[in-house]
Formats: sequence, structure tokens, C-alpha cells
Amino acid sequence: MERSEILKQFGNDDENLINILHALQNNNSQNYLEKDDLKAAANHLNITYSHIYGVVTYYTMFSLKPRGKNIIRICNSPVCDMEKSSDIITKIKKILSIGVGEISKDKRFSLELSECLGQCDIAPGMMINEDVYGNLHNADLASIFEKYK
Amino acid sequence: MVKEKRICLKNLGKINPESIDDYIEAGGYKVLESAVSRHHFEIIDEMLNSSLRGRGGAGFSAGLKEKFTSESCLRCEQKYLICNADEGEPGTFKDRIIMENDPHLLLEGMLIAAYGIGASKAYIYIRGEYYKSIEMVKKAIDSARKRGFIGKNIFGSVFSVDVEIRLGAGSYLCGEELTLLESLEGKRGYPRIKPPFPAEKGLFGFPTLINNVETLATIPTIVGKGSEWYLKLGTAESPGTKIFTISGDVAKPGFFEVELGTTLRELIFDLAGGMKDDKKLKAILLGGAAGTFVDETVLDTPTGFDSLKEKGATLGSGAIMVLGEDKSVLNVTQSILEFFKHESCGKCVPCRVGTDRVARMIKEINNGIYQGESGLDDMIYEAEYMAKTSLCPLGQSLIMPLRSLKRYFNDQF
Repeated sequence: MERSEILKQFGNDDENLINILHALQNNNSQNYLEKDDLKAAANHLNITYSHIYGVVTYYTMFSLKPRGKNIIRICNSPVCDMEKSSDIITKIKKILSIGVGEISKDKRFSLELSECLGQCDIAPGMMINEDVYGNLHNADLASIFEKYK
Repeated sequence: MVKEKRICLKNLGKINPESIDDYIEAGGYKVLESAVSRHHFEIIDEMLNSSLRGRGGAGFSAGLKEKFTSESCLRCEQKYLICNADEGEPGTFKDRIIMENDPHLLLEGMLIAAYGIGASKAYIYIRGEYYKSIEMVKKAIDSARKRGFIGKNIFGSVFSVDVEIRLGAGSYLCGEELTLLESLEGKRGYPRIKPPFPAEKGLFGFPTLINNVETLATIPTIVGKGSEWYLKLGTAESPGTKIFTISGDVAKPGFFEVELGTTLRELIFDLAGGMKDDKKLKAILLGGAAGTFVDETVLDTPTGFDSLKEKGATLGSGAIMVLGEDKSVLNVTQSILEFFKHESCGKCVPCRVGTDRVARMIKEINNGIYQGESGLDDMIYEAEYMAKTSLCPLGQSLIMPLRSLKRYFNDQF
């Protein structure tokens, strides 16, 4: 969708900023916010580019760098940590040969750590895009990743 | 054996959360209909009399908050109601369960509260990663709007209100009410200095009532059945029910809504199926990262805001994280302190420097290279400074788990 089409769905008050940034980022095939996105949002809301830059860099869900087609968010909070999420992270790094914050070579995946995802009853947990996976075992990971092209 | 008492979860599994007809058939929106025909003082009185304490963690009187917001100005052009659905306290997922399973109950609670304080605009601020909750609440708002439960002259009364969703974007701190306001205004999530409190000057400078999801989802029942009915539940200091989310080394981790006063032993051993693999209980972390560690001596204390406080513990958001004998209290402490370091926004020096220092200290303690005499005492010393000088509850929170470690697990250091 064109940027202008997306922006049209939102009002011109500052309070729309975070929802706008989510919409622009979701519209980007590489799951990130380009400079032009920030500029377009600045124009739409009549606020400065630097203000928006400040907002984008504050929130962990926004990225100014290209990301993989699918975003893996693995929970790193006390409950998941206690249930050995670190083992899962190590295994994911091995399967996809990437580090945290990196993109896989085929650009299919980005790996990110996340604070509590509220899936503590099925710890260790992770999300891929909007899907939740819990009670993770190292052996399940490869087949889960298969589902994401 | 203790049984669940469901108020916020009363429709869970019984109705299709996407169907407004199901909700109406279960008695939904009836309380809103009768509420808007009553004087809004009556609604606030009902809330005051119920003694409901905020379920987000702080436990402040929900009725008083409503009263303050409603009385803060007589002729202001705008008042706001905000539902805080930025659930992020580690170990907590009660708000998600409510939003995913009964979004209309939450919505009805929001509408009644908005009527009570005279707000014409309501927001629900949901954390960005809660995709399913966002979808369910969005559908609920759309269908309620179509039926005229949201909009102008609701049920033929003078009451008009609009409800909108705003998203979080991955910041624990934005769950703190003043920081949430900044985020809602489209800014970085930096905390505000208080006073002024939101009841006086909140969103865009107007009086604002901010309530947690669970608090708001309780309102239809209180206003519908009356505060006298509600007061019969729970204990004198903490009436009503509470959703506890139990995780870690238990046989059946999950969520359980029970009357306050239910003991941790009943919660862990009756409802959550006891310890996993018959492990011995070592510790319980109550209330999440900004919570407290306790040992088995607290198992028979009735849960409540004040009863747990006497034991140096917190009820907090209702998170119960259970550690078996094979788990290390020190490792969990490290995980908590690193969490705070990551989530500190950096606006004020005590928290920015303090969270980093304390995280480094626990790491050194766990690696056996800490140089000082008593690592725990040194961390508590730092955290006490932070508690006195930090701007917002994040920097003020570290002292809670650390002080509880001193009381219950000093021998582990």
C-alpha cells in the first residue's frame, strides 16, 4: 500500500503517532521504518523528523534497519529464563546461523530478544510474527521454522 | 479444597468472545443500561463502598481515584478514561486472558467508569505484542459501536463516549501510568514528575482516570450486584477476587481467579496441582520482577494487600512464580536485575546508573568474583538510594526483591 493511503486512515493529532508507525512498519516488506516513513509521518502530523526519530529509537518494536521477513521474538524474562530459554536461544542461533539482532542469510528470519510476552504458563515461549509458541523444546524448533517461508 | 470464584472470568469458556450476542445473552450491557439511568454520583459511591483496590499492582482505592477524577474540575471541556492494558510485569498474563476471552466485559466496565467520572473519550492502551488481545478488543469495540453502546446518547441518556485503541511498542515502563500518558500523546516513554496526578492533569493536561484491565472488568459486577454483595467476598482489608497467574515449577501452571484471603498453599497445591515432579519448594517470587521473594513460611498467610505486606511481601499484579529445589534464587535475581537495567529509560540518573551497577554486582556475586564484604547488603544500599531518588516506580522497585532476599534468603549469599 502507498504511504499516503495508510496515513489517510489516521487523524492529524500527535496521539496517532505510535499507531501510524506500527502501520507503516507492518506495510514494509522488510519490517522496518525507512527514512521516508518517518518523513511522511512528520508531514502528516506536522511535527519534526527529530521528534519521530526519538520516538522510534525508544521503542523496541520499531526498527530503523531492515529485518527478516519473519520476526522471531524470544522471551528472555525471569520465568522463561528459569525454564531455560537460553538453551532455546542457543539452538535457534545454530539452526538459523544468526545472532540476536541479525537477519538470516536467506532474509527469512530476524532474531530478537523480548521482555515478558505474557506466556508464562507455557514457558519457555516465543512469538514468530503474530503466532505464539510455548513449552518449547529444542527438537521442535526446526519444524516450526519450516512453516515460515 | 479451595475453589475458584470467577467474576472477571465469569464468562470464560461459556461464550464466544467474538459474539456480542453471546455476551448480551449472558446478561451483558444490562448494567451499563441501568447505570446511565442513575446519577453518576451513585456509581462512584458504589465503587467507594466496594473498597475495590486497583488490580494493576499498586492497590490504590479504585473508588477514590474515580471520585478525585470526577471532582477535579466542574466545567472542564474534557475528561478521559484510560484502560491500562500494557501488561508486562514478568509472570503476569491476567489482562491478556480477560481481553482474549471476554473483551465486552472489559468494555462494559470502561463505559460504566467513563460515565461515572463524566469522560467523553476513552482509550485502551494495549501492548504491541498482544496481537490477539488487540484483535479481540477491536472487534468488540466495532460491534458495540454498531449496537449504540459506544457513541452518542447511549441507551437514550445524555451520556456519550467514544472508545479508541492505542498500541504500545515494546516498553515495560509505559505500563506506569504517567509514562503511559506520554506514550499515548505520541512521545518517548519518559515518566512524568508527580504531582500533578492524572486525576488533576492527565492526558493532554485534562483530568484522567487510568485503571488496569482487571479493575475495570470488575466494575460491571460491583455496580450490577451492589457493593454489599461484593464486600462479602475476600477479606476485610482486601475484598473481592483476584486473578493469580502461576508459573514455574508447578504441575499445572495457569491462571486462577479466587477470593482474596486464599492462601498461597491453596493456590499452589490445590489449584496449580502442587509442585512439578514432586520437587521441594524453595522460593516463591510474588508480584513479578518488582515483587518479593518468600519461602514456605508464607504459604499459609491469607493473600491480601496488607496481610502480605506484614510479611515483607507484595500481592502486586498477582504473579506467582514458583521455584523448586533445583532452581537458584541468585540466578533469578540476576535475571530480574538485568531486566530492570534493560527497561530503565535513562531519564533520571539514579535509575540509569543504579540499575547498571546493581546488575553488575549480582553478576559478580554469581561468578564468585565480587570483592566487597556482603554483596546483598551492598546491593540493598544502592537500591535504597535509588528508591529515595528515582523519578518513577521502576527505579524505586529494585529494593523490593532485594530486601525480601535479605529477610528470607540471606543464607544463599
